[in-house]
Amino acid sequence: MPRLERRPQPSRRWTWAAPPLAVVITMLVGGALFAALGKNPAEAIRTIFWDPLFGEFAFYYRPQLLVKGAPLVLIAIGLSLGFRAGIWNIGAEGQYILGALCGAGVGLAFYPADSWVVFPLMVLAGALGGLAWAMIPALLKVRFGTNEILVSLMLVYVAEQLLAAMALGPMKNPEGMGFPGSRNLQQYPAAHNAELITGSGLHWGVVAALIAVICAHVLLTRHITGYHVRLAGQAPRAARFAGVRPAALTIGCLGASGALAGLAGLFEVAGPAGQVSIDFNVGYGFTAIIVAFLGRLHPVGILLAGLLMALTYIGGEIAQSNLGLPAAAIQVFQGMLLFFLLAVDLFTNYRLRLTRPEAAT
Amino acid sequence: MTAPLLRLSGLTKTYPGVTACDDVSFDIREGEVHALLGENGAGKSTLVKMIYGLVKPDGGTMERRGTAYAPSEPRAARAAGVAMVFQHFSLFDALSVAENIALGMEQPPPMRDLTRRIRAVSEDYGLPLDPHRMVGDLSAGERQRVEIVRCLLQDPGLLIMDEPTSVLTPQEVEILFRTLRKLTAEGVAILYISHKLDEIRALCDRATILRQGRNVATCVPRETTTREMAEMMVGGAFAAPQGAGRPAGEVVLDVTGLSAASPNPFGTALKNLHFTVHAGEVLGIGGVAGNGQDELLSALSGELATAPGAVTLSGRPIGRLGPAARRRLGLLSAPEERLGHAAAPEMSLTENAVLTAAEREDLLTRGFLRWPAAEAFARRIIASFDVRTPGPGTAARALSGGNLQKFVIGREILQRPAVLVVNQPTWGVDAAAAAAIRQALLDQAARGAAVVCISQDLDELMEISDRFAALNEGRLSDIRPARDLGVEEIGLMMGGAHGMEVAHAQA
Repeated sequence: MPRLERRPQPSRRWTWAAPPLAVVITMLVGGALFAALGKNPAEAIRTIFWDPLFGEFAFYYRPQLLVKGAPLVLIAIGLSLGFRAGIWNIGAEGQYILGALCGAGVGLAFYPADSWVVFPLMVLAGALGGLAWAMIPALLKVRFGTNEILVSLMLVYVAEQLLAAMALGPMKNPEGMGFPGSRNLQQYPAAHNAELITGSGLHWGVVAALIAVICAHVLLTRHITGYHVRLAGQAPRAARFAGVRPAALTIGCLGASGALAGLAGLFEVAGPAGQVSIDFNVGYGFTAIIVAFLGRLHPVGILLAGLLMALTYIGGEIAQSNLGLPAAAIQVFQGMLLFFLLAVDLFTNYRLRLTRPEAAT
Repeated sequence: MTAPLLRLSGLTKTYPGVTACDDVSFDIREGEVHALLGENGAGKSTLVKMIYGLVKPDGGTMERRGTAYAPSEPRAARAAGVAMVFQHFSLFDALSVAENIALGMEQPPPMRDLTRRIRAVSEDYGLPLDPHRMVGDLSAGERQRVEIVRCLLQDPGLLIMDEPTSVLTPQEVEILFRTLRKLTAEGVAILYISHKLDEIRALCDRATILRQGRNVATCVPRETTTREMAEMMVGGAFAAPQGAGRPAGEVVLDVTGLSAASPNPFGTALKNLHFTVHAGEVLGIGGVAGNGQDELLSALSGELATAPGAVTLSGRPIGRLGPAARRRLGLLSAPEERLGHAAAPEMSLTENAVLTAAEREDLLTRGFLRWPAAEAFARRIIASFDVRTPGPGTAARALSGGNLQKFVIGREILQRPAVLVVNQPTWGVDAAAAAAIRQALLDQAARGAAVVCISQDLDELMEISDRFAALNEGRLSDIRPARDLGVEEIGLMMGGAHGMEVAHAQA
């Protein structure tokens, strides 16, 4: 009978092998799913993984990879710090919205002034907006012991209502002929998060994501604060013994993830999205949770996972339009990726033993 | 001669990088108490895990009453009449005794029958136990009775006991021994793992000694001195701890009116503790587990904040300071629970060295960790305290309990504490390592440190303490010079009789 046996030490080989293996299994099982839907599995997989990068229209899709990947990576990096410490911020989507609202609000307030300070101020406001929204669950947890999962998650729905109210009310474009949504920041150069190199998809959010990856990596591997974050997640009692104050850790981790999610929202609203609209948020804050775990809470892993996730988004859209695959099938496919990663991940800490019942040699 | 109850022939078990058991063979006869002796990492745990079906041997065979015995899982071992009482209890605090016992059974009988059987077994074997009490309210000794009764309900032929007396008062040990003798009289064999050689001499018929995975000797404990047995375990002579005749210095740690609620719902609150510790002395604090030891350590280490003046260090009130601030001032501590409290299981020894030593050992530059310095410090601990491990990169959980304990104690001692507080410093540690740890504590006192040793091992406390007190339900007994104390008196102090008048009144 097969049996799982705990390894004395986590296996290094499996740590590296698990993500690629999970991708391969996802392709196989996903292919079977597509075949069951009556599509050619090879073609579907190629459309999702190959066409966005090397297909006929790759010149259009490749920049999209950065545009979609940057907010995912930026948010996931912030979340991973909390997840490492055992603090579960599930409300990044709300912090993302608040970052966009605050940042866009600053930009719109300056309209039409043309000054170089506008954009930096917007960035600051975006980060502070996300941070402030994350402080609500943080302070409630510290003061009253509430559950940050529930509070942060419920605040997403509050943030969505706030977004709708802003898009229809105070931030509505006065020259917009009554349509909901703010002025388009893409048409306001001082506030526009434009591409740094035309046609590359590289905007300030991508730069911020890369900086976040590097900073998080240095923090976790070299700095005592990062050490305390890891310690608190692995052995909370040992962390208290080491002198980590749980309240400070909660505020720090939720604050950092909120600020990064807010930044992601700001870069999105001032760049690719362009305006505050009712349907501004598309779930980056939730997908980033998957990205964080897919990247096994490691900054470099998150960078790769964010790009992979962006790829399945773009490829999935192509597959929807070209092959007529239902959107739900694409979502199942993305879900499989996380599922198989977690399943394969088991072998990092456990090994499979086939015990023969009669064997006693 | 008839076939023995259990015959082990050439049992071998290899883990990557280490041979835990190497060709171990011996017999366990019906109705005998068979001691299994050995240092940490000698392979005792692996061996009993093989007998109990938790680990499958790589080589060798076991025979039970002449027929092949190869349990694939503990259930099979239990079905064959092998029961085990673990060192760490697996009981749920919030359930009653009977509910806990029912949880461990394949097909629990109706609760009413079960409570009747529990009563019957506990009366038969002199183990008083009320099936309806919540386990959270029981003392460590009573919890152990729950585990023993749970095993006895299976009518075992072989009962394995892993360090059963480490949590008991002398009186409770007597009760346990009576129970065990009664069991052997009925033909039950007992495989008894312990580090306390005196106990083994008093109780066991034969002893098998393991060293580095090999069976090095079998002896009759009654005819062997404790020193001989200890030397067989270690494979050579070792030094017994030596205390210098120390004149006590200034008061370093002053605890006045220390009261604190326990952070744990089943913990014990500390009630108005008063004591002082001088430079160069060891204050031993005894008591049965669960009487406030964890809370006292937390209140001294800084994990549990108290009134500012309740704890003063060299005249400075530190009651409100956290662990890091206290460490800066020279108050270092080592909690009882090694994995998860004193050390992070998944982290390497280097990372665990940073846990308490980051500031004192100068492992930081502006908040950035100097990993090479941390690794050098970890290597220094490993070398100074003979921690057996492949290297500082090993995860803490991969170390045996005793080796990790040496690492944890060594980590604090190498930081040259002004006050050192330890809880259960030699729990589950073999004789040679325990002697080394005790000697290290005495050396700290000789160096001028004030040492507080909280322990349930009375022999240990008598060996190293200058003064002794006992914790009982969160209260501290009178503090007495350790030299003049007898076992009876200590037992009464532990039992909560504060002063002899009360004891006379009870007698």
